[in-house]
Amino acid sequence: MRRLAKGTVLAVWLLITLFPLYWITVTSLKPKAEIFSMPLRYWPGEVTFEHYADLFSFADFGAYLLNSLLVSLAAAAAVTVIGVLGGYTLARFSFPGRGALMLAFLVTQMIPLFIALGPLYLLMSDLGLLNHLAGLMVVYVAMLVPFATIIMRGFYERIPVALEEAAQVDGASRLAAMVRVVIPVMLPGIAATFIFAFVQCWNELFLAITFIDSEDAKTIPVAMNSFITQYDIDWGSMAAATVVSVIPTLVLFAVIRRYIVEGLTAGAVKG
Amino acid sequence: MSRAAQAARPAFTGRKARFVALCLLPGAVFVLLFTYYPMIRGAVIAFQRYNLFDITSTPFVGLDNFRAVLAEDRFWTALRNTGTWVAVSLFFQFFLGFGLALLLRRHFRGRGLYQAWVFFPWAMSGFLIGLLWRWMFNGQFGVVNDLLLKAGIIDERIGFLATPGWAMTSVIVANVWYGVTFFAIMIMAALQSVPAELYEAASVDGASRLRQFWHVTLPHIRPTLALIVLLRIIWILNFPDLIYAMTGGGPAGGTDIITTFLIQQVIGGDYGRAGAVGMLVLGLLLAFSVFYLNATRFERSR
Repeated sequence: MRRLAKGTVLAVWLLITLFPLYWITVTSLKPKAEIFSMPLRYWPGEVTFEHYADLFSFADFGAYLLNSLLVSLAAAAAVTVIGVLGGYTLARFSFPGRGALMLAFLVTQMIPLFIALGPLYLLMSDLGLLNHLAGLMVVYVAMLVPFATIIMRGFYERIPVALEEAAQVDGASRLAAMVRVVIPVMLPGIAATFIFAFVQCWNELFLAITFIDSEDAKTIPVAMNSFITQYDIDWGSMAAATVVSVIPTLVLFAVIRRYIVEGLTAGAVKG
Repeated sequence: MSRAAQAARPAFTGRKARFVALCLLPGAVFVLLFTYYPMIRGAVIAFQRYNLFDITSTPFVGLDNFRAVLAEDRFWTALRNTGTWVAVSLFFQFFLGFGLALLLRRHFRGRGLYQAWVFFPWAMSGFLIGLLWRWMFNGQFGVVNDLLLKAGIIDERIGFLATPGWAMTSVIVANVWYGVTFFAIMIMAALQSVPAELYEAASVDGASRLRQFWHVTLPHIRPTLALIVLLRIIWILNFPDLIYAMTGGGPAGGTDIITTFLIQQVIGGDYGRAGAVGMLVLGLLLAFSVFYLNATRFERSR
């Protein structure tokens, strides 16, 4: 009885979760005439890939994809490294200014970045970084560093100091102890942080549409934003663009999912 | 630095200090330059007349920008909407997410696959989610209307995104659908951080599962939960993406929240006004954060 109830709840939630994704995919495969016709068909009468073809022929979607990938990977990697290092020192050392730095990082989590959108635009303009992927990247790094550092610090604090001390007693330097002993235990947390950072960058809309309007530096959200500002939304192409742009995050997510849900340091303490 | 000079310093300096500085410097520099500097400049601009289309003259105008903002009805509407948007979204996200995490906590066959599918929305952007639901809530060809008609719940199609009350409900539904996953992931991670020994000890003592949850699980994960909720409130507040994509703040400001309002000011090029709105939001957020952090710290030390 209990198992049945649990199963039913889980099944209903799965249906609710998946249906919108199913619906956008079906829409992307329907011919235009069928998208805008009644009664609604829950399965395409005729499957077509014309909307996908349009994306890559009419819009330069391949280039946008590549831009998004480049910015997100680079920013996420940088953020993860910075978080791993910064989180470690915040967790393991006490030093003058530590509290102030923690507070400075925490405060950025409280404040919408949009407060600074205008001045940030002026700064990027002064630095000559408007319409450059590198410009977008540095802002993304700044946007995510506090989160990554704070989260990493939390992960380190769950690892017993004894683990490192044992390695250091064995003659390893602090850095070596960190790399050889602590980092492997931390891998799930590091992976989760990396993915989180990647997804945030991949998804980011407002900074991108503020700083980028040249064709060759557009990321996917910027390109899709120009679809909706048109008078009439072409829902076929929109659906196709949605499906295409979701694939990379999906793949990455599926690959490292195990680490995210598996928990963070399970096993390390029990040894 | 010479060896002698190093040795003369107190204990903390030297190798340890260099290591700490080296580890923290990159993050600190990025945050200082690309977050704090623009924010401080924004605070100054709030007291200036600063329009992007006329930057030759940017005189200080005292509180003029603030007065102008506070005199606008749209600002107050956005403020009220923000409260609704955050509170209702958070409530459903948290409890549904917590429920999902609890259901997924114990191993069952196919759990991995189930998680893979159910956590799927998290891989999508708020903007895309917004577009997706905008299509589903479409007044004419939307599938939500079709399903509700088929189920006999409504008699005629509703223009969900064009009707003031329905528009807010629609964006919140989309937001809840999206955010449950996040909570489930975070709460599952927190649940798994509870050492198994604690449960073993509790079962030896004969504690029921409910009591175990109440006396072992909750106290252990409460600090994490507090942090998750705090961060989430701020993210929901800073999450105009979905509203921007679904309604653009419409109809007639009916789904405007404080951050979509802010973005409209920036897009409009009036950085002075945007700065003033930003300062008002900042004040609210800081007051809220201090209050919340104090309350949770009190909880913990009790």
